[in-house]
Amino acid sequence: MSDEISDNKTNGVSRRAVLAGGTALTASLFMPKGLRAADFPTAEVNTTGLAVTDDTVTIGILHSITGTMAISETGSVQAEKLAISQINAQGGILGRKIEYIQEDGASDWPTFAEKARKLLLNDKVASVMGCWTSASRKAVLPVFEQHNGFLYYPTFYEGLEESPNVIYTGQEATQQIIAGLDWVNQSKGAKTFYLLGSDYIWPRTSNKIARKHIENFMDGCKVVGEEYYPLGHTQFNSVINKIRLRKPDVIYAIVVGGSNVAFYKQLKAAGIDMTQEKPLLLTISVTEDEIRGIGGENIDGAYACMKYFQSLENENNLAFVAAFKEMWGDDMVIGDVTQAAYLGPWLWKAAVEKAGSFDVDKVREASPGVELTTAPEGYVKVHENHHLWSKTRVGRAQADGQYEVVFETADLVEPDPFPEGYQ
Amino acid sequence: MFADYSMAELGAIFAMQGFAGLILFSVFVLMALGLAIIFGQMGVINMAHGEFMILGAYVTYLMSNLFADFMPALFSMYFFVAMILAFIASGLLGLFVEWAMIRHLYKRPLDTLLATWGLSLILQQTYRSVFGAREVGVSIPDWMMGSLPLTDLIEVPINGIFVMVLAVGISLAVYIMMFRSRWGKQVRAINQNRVMAGAVGINTEWTDRLTFGIGCGVAGVAGSAFTMIGSTGPTAGQLYIVDTFLVVVFGGAGSLLGTIASAFSISQAQSIMEFFLSGSMAKVLTLLVVVGILMIRPQGLFSLKLRK
Repeated sequence: MSDEISDNKTNGVSRRAVLAGGTALTASLFMPKGLRAADFPTAEVNTTGLAVTDDTVTIGILHSITGTMAISETGSVQAEKLAISQINAQGGILGRKIEYIQEDGASDWPTFAEKARKLLLNDKVASVMGCWTSASRKAVLPVFEQHNGFLYYPTFYEGLEESPNVIYTGQEATQQIIAGLDWVNQSKGAKTFYLLGSDYIWPRTSNKIARKHIENFMDGCKVVGEEYYPLGHTQFNSVINKIRLRKPDVIYAIVVGGSNVAFYKQLKAAGIDMTQEKPLLLTISVTEDEIRGIGGENIDGAYACMKYFQSLENENNLAFVAAFKEMWGDDMVIGDVTQAAYLGPWLWKAAVEKAGSFDVDKVREASPGVELTTAPEGYVKVHENHHLWSKTRVGRAQADGQYEVVFETADLVEPDPFPEGYQ
Repeated sequence: MFADYSMAELGAIFAMQGFAGLILFSVFVLMALGLAIIFGQMGVINMAHGEFMILGAYVTYLMSNLFADFMPALFSMYFFVAMILAFIASGLLGLFVEWAMIRHLYKRPLDTLLATWGLSLILQQTYRSVFGAREVGVSIPDWMMGSLPLTDLIEVPINGIFVMVLAVGISLAVYIMMFRSRWGKQVRAINQNRVMAGAVGINTEWTDRLTFGIGCGVAGVAGSAFTMIGSTGPTAGQLYIVDTFLVVVFGGAGSLLGTIASAFSISQAQSIMEFFLSGSMAKVLTLLVVVGILMIRPQGLFSLKLRK
């Protein structure tokens, strides 16, 4: 059964949140004037039979809200709903309010494909915000390409993909990895690296890129160990001893899920104090969301490299964090992927307004070059290859579960999903 | 790989690796004891074992919050209270489940497999609805974190030692209950011949229920202890269930000694191979060897007569 919720029926609490968020953002937003539905007749902005009426447009949200991945995907759903309600509070897109149909992928990849087909064929949604793991994205990809849907995908991922039907709002691997490695080499003088990861495509591809970069582009640096553990592995004492034996300057960790918690707790228990930075720990898989499970005191002093941290101090982000907490509760934390998910509806709005149409082909054509000055992470722009130009940042984990930003690239990093020399 | 190191350093690393193996052994024993009681003595395949463990973990989480809020002075000791309550909570749930579900399925072992699997899904969703889909962070008293330096080079994790002591303690308690108590005698009698045991006046229904409850309670204590080393989330129980069954089946259902021997051999094999090979490869080899041995010896390492 589908779970249809019209956003017009939001309850009092979230309506207040919507208004607060809306007003907070309006000040800094570029408000297109005169975008009333009457100026954009439905027959003109929708020539392909999408779910667009004279005053509404329907989109899909497709994430896991049950099963193992619910842990990670909940934040994305919340961010997307926040963005949708803020857009509606400003008057919607081309004068039309956004309504959404939410489907549950249930952490099961065939279910994702089936729900995607349902959203595109039965509900005729104009776009979909969804997916989290690469496996779920790969499962829905043929559906979106066959039926010409349009997906906004929020997670940082391994790259090696560029679909005309997907906009990737997270970073691809080279964006996330290279800046962090260069930083740790230049500012911490690190020379030796121990690569560690959970055993599936994202950590393996990312470590492959990391190894190529360390060996080919960083003078005098080398990899002293590379190792993978099955998903769900909970005993890391052996590898911690191995790390002791090899004495790397940096432990480069891409451990995910429940393993993450076990890894950091055992690292601390083994007497490796990350605040001493001997060795220093650099990760690309621990956002503020994951720290909630790990416990701030267990990861204090580790470094993470990604594009967004909740502690970023700029006007956009302060407003975003305030609106998010108002809508979903004060104890919420916001990680990199949650922020990237928040960009999805806004980027789609910008592309639709640029195209003057909801038709997928026209939105796709308009998408490259679309920019967002109001993104919490700062300025972002859509590249020809459907990924985002974005800055990369390094944060230092603190006992309170937040990151302190210690480095930020001077310029936007160009996305390069098929990096030459790294394959 | 070892060329650049002094003998002292190598010795220290190997000593710590030995401890790592012993800690893994203790973790396996804790995981498997509860299941060994239920599967071994009653023949019930309890697929919800992991969820009973996680109930213990959530009880620990609740206690840590409660103590932090209302009795901060006693926070360093809360873990012991939490473990006892974890035993009681999981045990009570076990009694209830036996009464509501398991007792109707004793003659249909394959159906218990399906029913307890369904129960595990129900429990997972209950945890998700009550505590949220995200993992919760359990704060552990300071004295239980960190490591104990034995010499200049050798450091041993304190929570590892705690798990080891706990494993020994619970094994002893189970041994005494099983082989030195009246209840244990009744359990073994029922295991050998249910009709006869009933005929001499043993309340078989109540003994079954208590056995199931105690098995679940032990699982709860294990789950409580694992908050120190692993994650606490609705589906975290699934991380342990495969290893747990592996240990119990390999050891020979029905033999507590077998469970301990099998936990020891699997943990040592895995820990040594993890050190010299990669993590995934170690797991593959361990599973291959276990499958190989079970093909030659389907009854496991040690076997007793099972209830027919």
